[in-house]
Amino acid sequence: MKHLKFLIIGIIFGIILSKSEVVSWYRIYEMFKFQSFHMYGVIGSAVAIGIVLMQLFKRGIIKDFQGNKITVKPKKKGFIRTFVGGSIFGLGWALAGACPGPIFVLIGHGAVSILVVLLGAILGAFIFGLLHKKLPS
Amino acid sequence: MEFILQPWPWYVAGPAIAFVLFLMFYYGRAFGVSTNLETFCTIGGAGNFSDYFKTDWKARKWSLVFVLGIIIGGVISSQYLMSSNAIALNPETVKELAALGFANAGSDYLPAEIFSVANLGSLKGILILLVAGLCIGFGTRYAGGCTSGHAITGLSNLQLPSLVAVIGFFAGGLLMVWFLFPLLF
Repeated sequence: MKHLKFLIIGIIFGIILSKSEVVSWYRIYEMFKFQSFHMYGVIGSAVAIGIVLMQLFKRGIIKDFQGNKITVKPKKKGFIRTFVGGSIFGLGWALAGACPGPIFVLIGHGAVSILVVLLGAILGAFIFGLLHKKLPS
Repeated sequence: MEFILQPWPWYVAGPAIAFVLFLMFYYGRAFGVSTNLETFCTIGGAGNFSDYFKTDWKARKWSLVFVLGIIIGGVISSQYLMSSNAIALNPETVKELAALGFANAGSDYLPAEIFSVANLGSLKGILILLVAGLCIGFGTRYAGGCTSGHAITGLSNLQLPSLVAVIGFFAGGLLMVWFLFPLLF
């Protein structure tokens, strides 16, 4: 299969998110209540190493598997888009206790109810697509 | 093997997630999950309703395969790699949740009060899950990324839009947990 490597990377990611309890609703609640360092440690250390990786990509010290320079696309600008969109996502993240990656991990755990969250998320993306021209950026 | 079966501490999980970030870029792709929500819409025929979805989803097959892998990773973990589903929560958190009506907080990954199958039989139960999903789907697409795309990739790349998005994630999350939870539960 052409994309086998992405299947394997996905499996690794799913196992990491499971074993570190990042997919637990309680860990997200705890994070937003500032009652545990766990999630801050996970995201913070990932970002700290990520910053070094990005610099190594940009300086061409780490190249991709074909020996080409790795480029990282800049994120779309826009304060309203990122702040309002981000806040709406935050409401859902805290309520469901799961962001998109963990939603799929929890499907793998056999959590039936998370399928309703996934359905809602797909509908939410659909509504965004319908409205995107009318929304301020 | 004993280490694998125990919950992994943050200083194992964080660097491991950075390794996943590295692998994705090494193989020429960006690290992110929420764009797949749009891909599902495209596959489901959303292009008939909005040009926004008229994209070539086959060019994003690699990402769908990544998501399939995430699900399989969840299956493998829950079947073989977890000796217990209990979460070692701060006792303060357990006490607080009990006051909100969440019994036995931390005895499993998910609270039965929100995720039990029986809850799917009540309107409130379904609405909580569906509205949470709507916020996740709409919010991530409006913001242009979720935890992996903005918080991990974007912050690593020192992107200002990602910092604003992450501040937004927290604004929404804090509002939900501190002010809306007491009204909802």
